[in-house]
Amino acid sequence: MDDTQFEARIEAGESIEPKDWMPERYRKQLIRMMSQHAHSEVVGMLPEGNWITRAPSLRRKIGLLSKVQDEGGHGLYLYAATETLGVSRDELIEALLDGSAKYSAMFNYPTPSWADIGAIGWLIDGAAIVNQTMLTDCSYGPYKRAMIRICKEENAHQRQGYEIVTTLARGTETQRRMAQEAVDRWYWPALTLFGPHDADSKNSDELTRWGIKRKSNDELRQWFMNRVVPQAKAIGIEFPDPGLHYDETSGDWRHGPIDWDEFRRVLAGSGPCNRDRIEARRSAHEDGAWVREAAAAYEAKRRERAA
Amino acid sequence: MSETAEWPLWEVFVQAKEGAAHQHAGSVRAADRELALQHARDTYARRPPVFSLWVVPSEAIVASAGRDREELFDPADDKVYRHPQFYRVPRGVRGP
Repeated sequence: MDDTQFEARIEAGESIEPKDWMPERYRKQLIRMMSQHAHSEVVGMLPEGNWITRAPSLRRKIGLLSKVQDEGGHGLYLYAATETLGVSRDELIEALLDGSAKYSAMFNYPTPSWADIGAIGWLIDGAAIVNQTMLTDCSYGPYKRAMIRICKEENAHQRQGYEIVTTLARGTETQRRMAQEAVDRWYWPALTLFGPHDADSKNSDELTRWGIKRKSNDELRQWFMNRVVPQAKAIGIEFPDPGLHYDETSGDWRHGPIDWDEFRRVLAGSGPCNRDRIEARRSAHEDGAWVREAAAAYEAKRRERAA
Repeated sequence: MSETAEWPLWEVFVQAKEGAAHQHAGSVRAADRELALQHARDTYARRPPVFSLWVVPSEAIVASAGRDREELFDPADDKVYRHPQFYRVPRGVRGP
């Protein structure tokens, strides 16, 4: 098997499985992409976890608890899928804890009010679903299967977020303002979630050629815009985008220019919460060490007795 | 940081309803079999439909290799006599 034969398999729409031959670069790109995705799920639990104890009602609390638990689960599906490429979960987690692994820049922004939980669910999970739906058709079998599983669960998260924002938007003037301010904070991050414009995306060509990505960043962003603008209008929420307009010829909602410098700064780790997030992960990992040790000791003892 | 050795890997199979076949869902890492089942439950059975779960040590699975695919599975294509359509039935007879 060589690169040409491999690309013929991709062309034929075949699913690439862990034991199949693949170009080293395909493997590397997948490890990069899938582990970043896994880390994002895990770090994504932190800004939301903050609000579990302060959720405004029991209905909101069970919803948020289960969402955060799902995200832990999504992280695990993805770590497991990444492991099929020959890296171990320990290596991946260590890279997250020592700060060398990247994760979604979204989670380096703070969540100062309850409305942020709504805006994140609606806009950030909403944007993530668009990306993930595309990935349910990606060429690498384990990634594709993890994505199918994740997408089924993710829709509940987006609806949960939209319901939170809707409730606030229809509440008192203070609540409406809270909702609007949270949307003001999350609209632009949601748009950057799709990555750089097609013309500036250094990984896109390769990922498309290998069937990992089936749609371009700009196509996905456009799809998202067309979904969320009517949702915002329906509840009287505005997006903080003076350039937002409806394109009569194409029938698309167009956004104004995105501030990529800000995005790069946050991604590079100078987001408001970068250090806190990693610290929180590190202490969770260290505080859990005794559980891992106890589990290993218990199994060692069982084996000794059985021997 | 890794004070203990990495937990072994287990493959998880989910049976969606009674009588159905178990299907591979993914994998988990766990120190022992009980914890593997517990982690599989937390990871792959948060939503229905789930009727039962199997966890199997990943190292116990023997899989065919992609490069052997043609040799192993292509011959099945020529064995038309394995299919009912290969056998003739008199005109007008229904059933077999």
